[in-house]
Amino acid sequence: MLNAKIPAGKLEEKWVDYKGHCKLVNPANKRKMEVIVVGTGLAGASAAASLGELGYKVKAFCFQDSPRRAHSIAAQGGINAAKNYQNDGDSVFRLFYDTIKGGDYRAREGNVHRLAEVSSNIIDQCVAQGVPFAREYGGLLSNRSFGGTQVQRTFYAAGQTGQQLLIGAYQALERQVALGNVTMYARHEMLDVVKIDGKAKGIIARNLITGELEKHFGYAVLLCTGGYGNVFYLSTNAMGSNVTAAWKAHKQGAYFANPCFTQIHPTCIPVSGDHQSKLTLMSESLRNDGRIWVPKAKGDNRKSIDIPEEERDYYLERRYPAFGNLVPRDVASRAAKERCDAGYGVGTSKQAVYLDFAAAIERYGKTEVSKQGLSNVSHEEIIALGKEVVKEKYGNLFDMYAKITGENPYEVPMRIYPAVHYTMGGLWVDYELQTNVPGLYALGEANFSDHGANRLGASALMQGLADGYFVVPYTLGNNLADEIYNAPIPTSHPAFEAAEKAVADRIKTLKNINGKQSVESFHKRLGKIIWDKCGMARNAEGLKQAIAEVQALKKEFWSDVRIPGEINEFNPELDKANRVADFIELGELMCVDALAREESCGGHFREEYQTPDGEALRDDENFMYVAAWETTGEHEWTLHKEELKYEVIKPSQRNYK
Amino acid sequence: MAHNNLNLKLKVWRQKNANTTGAFVKYDVNDISDEMSFLEMLDVLNEKLIVTGEEPIAFDHDCREGICGMCSLYIDGKPHGPWQANTTCQLHMRAFKDGDTITIEPWRSNAFPIVKDLTVDRGAFDRIIQAGGYVSVNTGNAVDGNSLPINKDNADASFAAAMCIGCGACVAACKNSSAMLFLSAKVSHLALLPQGEPERKSRVLNMVAQMDKEGFGSCTNTGACEAACPKEISIANIARLNKEYLRAGITAE
Repeated sequence: MLNAKIPAGKLEEKWVDYKGHCKLVNPANKRKMEVIVVGTGLAGASAAASLGELGYKVKAFCFQDSPRRAHSIAAQGGINAAKNYQNDGDSVFRLFYDTIKGGDYRAREGNVHRLAEVSSNIIDQCVAQGVPFAREYGGLLSNRSFGGTQVQRTFYAAGQTGQQLLIGAYQALERQVALGNVTMYARHEMLDVVKIDGKAKGIIARNLITGELEKHFGYAVLLCTGGYGNVFYLSTNAMGSNVTAAWKAHKQGAYFANPCFTQIHPTCIPVSGDHQSKLTLMSESLRNDGRIWVPKAKGDNRKSIDIPEEERDYYLERRYPAFGNLVPRDVASRAAKERCDAGYGVGTSKQAVYLDFAAAIERYGKTEVSKQGLSNVSHEEIIALGKEVVKEKYGNLFDMYAKITGENPYEVPMRIYPAVHYTMGGLWVDYELQTNVPGLYALGEANFSDHGANRLGASALMQGLADGYFVVPYTLGNNLADEIYNAPIPTSHPAFEAAEKAVADRIKTLKNINGKQSVESFHKRLGKIIWDKCGMARNAEGLKQAIAEVQALKKEFWSDVRIPGEINEFNPELDKANRVADFIELGELMCVDALAREESCGGHFREEYQTPDGEALRDDENFMYVAAWETTGEHEWTLHKEELKYEVIKPSQRNYK
Repeated sequence: MAHNNLNLKLKVWRQKNANTTGAFVKYDVNDISDEMSFLEMLDVLNEKLIVTGEEPIAFDHDCREGICGMCSLYIDGKPHGPWQANTTCQLHMRAFKDGDTITIEPWRSNAFPIVKDLTVDRGAFDRIIQAGGYVSVNTGNAVDGNSLPINKDNADASFAAAMCIGCGACVAACKNSSAMLFLSAKVSHLALLPQGEPERKSRVLNMVAQMDKEGFGSCTNTGACEAACPKEISIANIARLNKEYLRAGITAE
């Protein structure tokens, strides 16, 4: 059994107690200690900035041309915090409870309670940085609802919350760069972790402009490198989002936890053809105001607006009256799949459902009429007023939809379908966010720790910033306090030389294959295997097939991939080849994990394990654990279990009815 | 909706690196669905180039949903192409007709050196932010988020400026390669909020000094930047920047 090192004591006192007793590094020593941060999204930028402020010498790395590009920037809907500004019954406990329940009882109580505790500090910090959150006319912060909750605790900046939060963290980071506390390495990709005496002591990074390999020492290495959703090829992730840093850590001994826990987001723009390179999310915040429906009749080919109200099936409101359109993501996604598989889907592909704003537009229009004291207002005028309100709330999302589909969502309902969006699984970490490799940490989406088997909306931004601003500054110090006696290790150390050589050899091997097929074509094939057999629904037979297919794909990749250009130059195809090679290996592990977990929970739906009405059927007796996988050889992994103990919450079947 | 396939001719700027000279190269691309995005059309071309043993065209892109600011491209003489308020990654092939010739160039500015083909180095923008584009508040210093009410109009105007994605289209559109729209968006974002008040003067002076140092040109108020901005950042921000600069200059110690 793995030990997560959760502090003893009452749940609500664990973090306070930890902070009160953890070891500290004095300012003079901090100035001598280099720390490496890989990735500059919400977790990485906030960690690098906060550690720089504390006085550590930080080296931050990102593969994009600027730290501001990290994919956190694309998060739309909002960030949760237990402020209870709305006086609607929210509290730290309720945010903690909703998150554990939303995660289908597969997350740690200790971590999640800490997350809920620091959630309020995050909002305060961001406001102080100048993050322009949405405000009411009285000048105070505005809130809205997200899935899986019955309170309004989501703070937002139109449909660009991630952008605004990341710019806040980016500016804090750039301030530390200006002060000389952080050195920024943009267009650099981490290609290995260097271990000395069992501890992480640095990385090998490739300068993506020149192709040169660089050795960097650090007393600790923090991986803030995001999730692995692009294993599916098509996802809402950015094109460059990848698993490589986390996978290299895994190959160096770090356990990979719950890889099969992936989130399929219910509201994305459907696939339009084989050329598709990525999918676009339509924020969950739209489910505040949009109603989801399909025609009541199978194969109804009428236009959406020609189908009368009584012939529409608002299936989420029908199946889940208590939460309606705001059920958690995994539930909403499966319900959409169920309707489409049963033949009620809409659009040319029939793999879509409607998200309809007509009722909200009319409702808002009427509110405006009374707010502005208008009289003798025609229906058209009401609708026009309502559209203005909807535009202010979701304008950028509606514009995005119109550009991609060529349809006007103010006039006709959106067509949406689930798509891969987030990965709850990731590197196994303990309470201190340290992996089982000492000195190696994982923050944000790159770790597995807080969302169990399903993440609630507006919780990813919360977790990324919690880890970076408020958790790791304490937990890192607790461990580095013992390192002050050790001198920095020069990068001429044989371990650095050997790691660099291994990376160089692998790149040469890849380049010299000189086969016939592009990297992209392999990635597409991998994505199709994983989506078909390890996607929204999985079964043992399909998973076994998928494992065999991925193994065969790996062999083919390493004998027939073609990488044009040179090694020592700017070569995006080579960068991509490095990443896809790792995705292929991860894809196999995802299927191995999904096969081993003989239950359904959250986003992991095994068709063999469901209730009579099609809900996920957990098996708490046998599977209430974190599955942490250790790599032991080619196609071989050993399972380590971390038992999940619920001391405060009593697990039950999730009920959103 | 009916979908059409297009046959197109491309004229693409190819340049091996910053130290070599570049040139336009012509390509034919056929059977392009008008449902594709512009970058997916380039993906199709690159796939063809790779399997025939040629080097694919290097271009920057990442989120492909118009928010990360990584994509660029000067398409038929316009940054981000023909659509208004749009990034290249959100441009779809519906914008073109069968038989069109499309010219694709990188951002052209001395402050944005070419890395390869259509990829440029926009590090100058990061250095301008380093000069003062932030509020100096360490983690843990903050008071309650609602302790300071902010007039909604100011908050909204601040947000409208903060929407800048740092893509550099404003610089590419400007005949002087001025970065004034980018700079003014950041100055406005923070000047409109009480949190930005304490560093209001030093911020604008230092950021403008850094902009000049990076080699961006002067602003002559042609408004080309505003027209090209994918996030419709208003040129009114430049007026606010000038006011802030003047105010800071007159009242500086």
